[in-house]
Amino acid sequence: MEFLSYLISGLSLGSVYALIALGYTMVYGIAKMLNFAHGDVIMIGGYVSFIAMNSAGLPAGVAILLAVLVCTVLGVLIEGLAYKPLREATSLAVLITAIGVSYFLQNAAQLIWGANPVSYTPVITGTVSLAGGKLNISIVSIVTIIACIVIMICLQLFISKGKIGKAMRACSEDKGAAQLMGINVNRTISITFAIGSALAAIAGVLLCSAYPTLMPTTGSMPGIKAFTAAVFGGIGSVPGAFIGGLLLGIIESLTKAYISTQLANSIVFAVLIIVLLFRPVGILGKKISEKV
Amino acid sequence: MLTNKNSLRRKGAMPYIVVVAAFIVLSILSNGVLGRAHMALLVPTCCYIVAALALNLCVGVLGELSLGHAGFMSVGAFVGVITSESLSASIPNTGVRLFVAIIIGALFAALAGFLIGIPVLRLRGDYLAIVTLAFGEIIKDLITCLIVGVDENGLHIVFNATGTMGVEDLHMTEGGKTIIQGAQGAVGTQTISTFLAGFIMIIVVLFIIQNFINSRTGRAVMAIRDDRIAAEASGLNITKYKMIAFVLSAGIAGAAGVLYGLNYSSIVASKFNFNTSILILVFVVLGGLGNILGTIIATTILYVLPEMLRAFSDYRMLVYAIVLIVVMIATNNKKVRQFIGGLLVRKKKKNAEGGDAYWLISRIK
Repeated sequence: MEFLSYLISGLSLGSVYALIALGYTMVYGIAKMLNFAHGDVIMIGGYVSFIAMNSAGLPAGVAILLAVLVCTVLGVLIEGLAYKPLREATSLAVLITAIGVSYFLQNAAQLIWGANPVSYTPVITGTVSLAGGKLNISIVSIVTIIACIVIMICLQLFISKGKIGKAMRACSEDKGAAQLMGINVNRTISITFAIGSALAAIAGVLLCSAYPTLMPTTGSMPGIKAFTAAVFGGIGSVPGAFIGGLLLGIIESLTKAYISTQLANSIVFAVLIIVLLFRPVGILGKKISEKV
Repeated sequence: MLTNKNSLRRKGAMPYIVVVAAFIVLSILSNGVLGRAHMALLVPTCCYIVAALALNLCVGVLGELSLGHAGFMSVGAFVGVITSESLSASIPNTGVRLFVAIIIGALFAALAGFLIGIPVLRLRGDYLAIVTLAFGEIIKDLITCLIVGVDENGLHIVFNATGTMGVEDLHMTEGGKTIIQGAQGAVGTQTISTFLAGFIMIIVVLFIIQNFINSRTGRAVMAIRDDRIAAEASGLNITKYKMIAFVLSAGIAGAAGVLYGLNYSSIVASKFNFNTSILILVFVVLGGLGNILGTIIATTILYVLPEMLRAFSDYRMLVYAIVLIVVMIATNNKKVRQFIGGLLVRKKKKNAEGGDAYWLISRIK
């Protein structure tokens, strides 16, 4: 029973990682860049929903919608202002720019909302007791897992069946050829950022509901771990991000419960290293052979 | 041919000239002109310069992005602190003790680099970057779990994985001294780092790196960076040369860490986290990949400036972030670069021939 409750909390944490990892993996797939600012978009999502609920007194649903909206606009703005001028630049230049954006968001948040942590009012509260009170599961975990699965299925359908999704896949395969086929590459990349950031906003609300402290650096560690999850599953692959996120969450939760709280992050990272040793492109990553 | 050789020599000598000149000026200024706050920046700046030079060797010369170099600094710092504290009785001379600590710290960091290099160097590109990031975090966590003390029987080390142990688990004798206290880090360290030591370290590291780059091994490493497949086809042992460069880079970063660790009476492992690795990477990239003088100048400016601007504490990091983004766009976007190039040419045209302008454009491109 104890194991089961740890497993469920791991699954719920993993779902949040998966949602964040989706943003990383989609952007990487299409723009071939590591968007380090993604973690901070989560934090912005958290703050926007917090302000909407606590200061403006809006209902939770509206607050979530507002967070999604703000983050989507923010994602598109970041892409247009900072990353678009660097389409031709080396990946390292883009990486440093992404780090600059990440610093910017963290410090802007600190100026606006202060450096002190605020305690977030969870969107959903309460627990469900099963098996005669032996198994207590918080509702937010269940909602998180369900939300993640629903979003995953929608996203997978969107990418495999939808017109924009197909354009995204075409751009990630070959930008030049996609452009020749009449696909607007710049617009497609903007849409990718918009979707990734919208998911980050949802992840921010869910993360803050599960761990109710919010401060300007809240997003960075989950961001790094979600990035690890994306690499774990094979960066560029949507189902890979899902599997990677879930596995990471479960490993972290079980490690915290049975081995050591202090070493939980280390063990997560060690598992990543071992996986990459045996499958250098992650679990579901595609191996691209080099041509001479 | 002759001019070419001369310009090469000049290029190699420039960093030394700049560093020596800066040292002389700062030494004169430190007799009264510089305040305490400024003096306190001297040694850390030296540490970051050495660490940035080490990372430049890894990213610029070897061509592999490392996001975990602070981890090697961390290994160096804590091994250095342990060495210095446990030898404080046997080597009373702080200069000699610092030297010994730096050597041992660098060796341990190089060893860490070797162990990490075995799995890491098999991977490529972004996967390599994420694994170095992972190792940096692992090193930080492991050091956070360490409790180390010393008494007349030697070193006592326990690994506090569950978070339940304390200093008493070291079972030291009465006169024992705790060196590292888990999450609180190293406390009560005798600060023996000096600006002179930092200066000497920069000069030695410059000498090592420049000789390395111009050596047979260094050229092999750069050949691998430029075209791995062609280098392999030419019979170069890829893993060996990559490993040499990586271990050297880790060792130098470790030496920087020792100097840093022994500059403060207390230091925690979380000081050397992902953000520190990124900070050093920013120094290297803005200084110019593979450009030694550029790295030194960029590190000095980017480290000292935010510290000087502490008065505007609320806005300084925001400005830093904006400057970072703008500089990256200005130096990497073709249109912006042409625009800046055009401005420079117009200025130059007034007092120079067209040939010079052409040279300038080609330099900017």
